[in-house]
Amino acid sequence: MTFVRFADRPTFRNPWTEFERIRQGLDELSRTYVDKGKAQNRTNVYPALNIFEEADRLIVTAELPGVKVQDLELSLEGETLTIKGKRDNQQTEKSASYHRREIESGSFSRAINLPIKVDLEQIGAKLNNGILVITLAKASAVTPRQIKISAE
Amino acid sequence: MTAQELKIQEKKTASRGDETTKNETYFSPHVDIFETEKDVTVIADMPGVVSEGIDLSLEDNILTIQGHRVPQKQVGRMLLEEYESGHYLRRFTVAETIDQEKIEASLADGVLRVRLPKVGPSQPKKIAVKIG
Repeated sequence: MTFVRFADRPTFRNPWTEFERIRQGLDELSRTYVDKGKAQNRTNVYPALNIFEEADRLIVTAELPGVKVQDLELSLEGETLTIKGKRDNQQTEKSASYHRREIESGSFSRAINLPIKVDLEQIGAKLNNGILVITLAKASAVTPRQIKISAE
Repeated sequence: MTAQELKIQEKKTASRGDETTKNETYFSPHVDIFETEKDVTVIADMPGVVSEGIDLSLEDNILTIQGHRVPQKQVGRMLLEEYESGHYLRRFTVAETIDQEKIEASLADGVLRVRLPKVGPSQPKKIAVKIG
């Protein structure tokens, strides 16, 4: 009679963990190869935004070619940033015949929830060469603070 | 015209035809091209390009529009990336005869406007035939 010691018993294997492992591997593969060179978060709402986080501020950028400063409207309510504006049609001559027409004109409006609380008083926005850069200072509650450690 | 809602137009990468040593992305800018009796106008969306970064050439009836962007330094941590930025490149074959000397280009709000004036129809010359 053989004694099966506790340690010799085959460990219970969950058959699903293997699938989970494969799925994660595939997810990783699709992220690294398929989406490479493509923006990861596709959106249908104009304009497309990029958001960067620095230690004390948040930077939101957008490409807005052909949008004039006076046609752009920004507002911040709580944590919701709203970008509104319009792009006018550039066409001036009526007699022209179009060969290509790819540039669209129209209005846009996008509201985005900021991931971090920001200071409503310190907001800067610049529109240069069709690139909008909004700089938002983080609220003092969320800015990292250096904690001094004193030795006794 | 502003009743229409703007939609995101996908950026297409442009191929240079040759390979570059630098690994940089070139996008094909969206363009409007229209023609009047006097000229052909090309309007291209090139946000982020300054006038020094524009490179225009017309050789053998091929108009090349290039826009170089100042490389942006990566600041902080990226929380959301919905668009990519890169240089711009697009080539067109221009069928009309263009007066090379009078090409004008202007850049405003990230939009390039190139005016290519056509060469006026050559005046039929009268050749006097001398009776000798």
